[in-house]
Amino acid sequence: MSFFTALFYIAAALTGLSAIMVVVTQNIVRAAAWLLFTLAGTAGVYFLLAADFIGAAQLIVYVGGTLVLVVFGVMLTAQGPFVNLRTSIGEWAFSLIVGCGLYATLAISVLTTTWPSLGNEPEVNPATSPTTAQLGQALLGVPQATPEANMTGIASADHERRRMGYLLPFEIVSVHLLVVLIGAAYLARAKRRRGAPA
Amino acid sequence: MNDISLQAFLLLGALLFVCGAVCMATKRNAIGILMGVELVLNGANVNFVAFSYYNPTFRVEGQIFALFVIVMAAAEAAIGLAIVLNFYNNHTSVDVDTAEELKG
Repeated sequence: MSFFTALFYIAAALTGLSAIMVVVTQNIVRAAAWLLFTLAGTAGVYFLLAADFIGAAQLIVYVGGTLVLVVFGVMLTAQGPFVNLRTSIGEWAFSLIVGCGLYATLAISVLTTTWPSLGNEPEVNPATSPTTAQLGQALLGVPQATPEANMTGIASADHERRRMGYLLPFEIVSVHLLVVLIGAAYLARAKRRRGAPA
Repeated sequence: MNDISLQAFLLLGALLFVCGAVCMATKRNAIGILMGVELVLNGANVNFVAFSYYNPTFRVEGQIFALFVIVMAAAEAAIGLAIVLNFYNNHTSVDVDTAEELKG
């Protein structure tokens, strides 16, 4: 068993078990703590897949930002009966059956599909091939972030369209984030009582 | 260098997806449902990054989409928590079973 394999099994076990615990635990504060381990384990999986920038973004944005937001939400609302909201046994049984069926379906379809790229093993060393520069160029719209000679399954007429890179989606997602933050601040602001002095 | 196949990563992504779906279905706390959504998005992200690793012609594309999903998840968490807090301010409850005012 190579080092990579051992690391993968450690990260996958951490991620999977924590995800299951998020579902199983009834205490919302513990669920938030298990979610932390799930997200950190997922970041480890990204690092193993040679996606160093995505792993770092996962740690910074998800673990550092989104999870802190969730924990704040939990702390602001976790009072008395809302810490442990029980789900009835019948709902649990039904959800368990549906979940196992869904996972069986997904697993069977993953294992029985012939994935076309499995023939050539990737020769990417995560330690020596940083992806940050490539991602930045693609987001800035620099053409040929992926060399077009290596593209498969895309007609040559589409190459011109691909020269845009990902500048437009990047701008759209920026404006989207701005709008969402303004909307969230508007929704969550403290309400002033009617008739109270301004 | 590695002997882990693509299927192992896809199975991990599927596990995260199913956990998120079951979490959304069973939790009665609105914030628990938001956690389920995060799990589902993470499962999709694992698939994106795994495909970008095992199909070298799409190395950049898979990671770009994973990045967009992370940003979308952050936005979704912000707006979702704002709605939950607003609901808590008005009803002093985060139990989704009590949120039935908009029921048709």
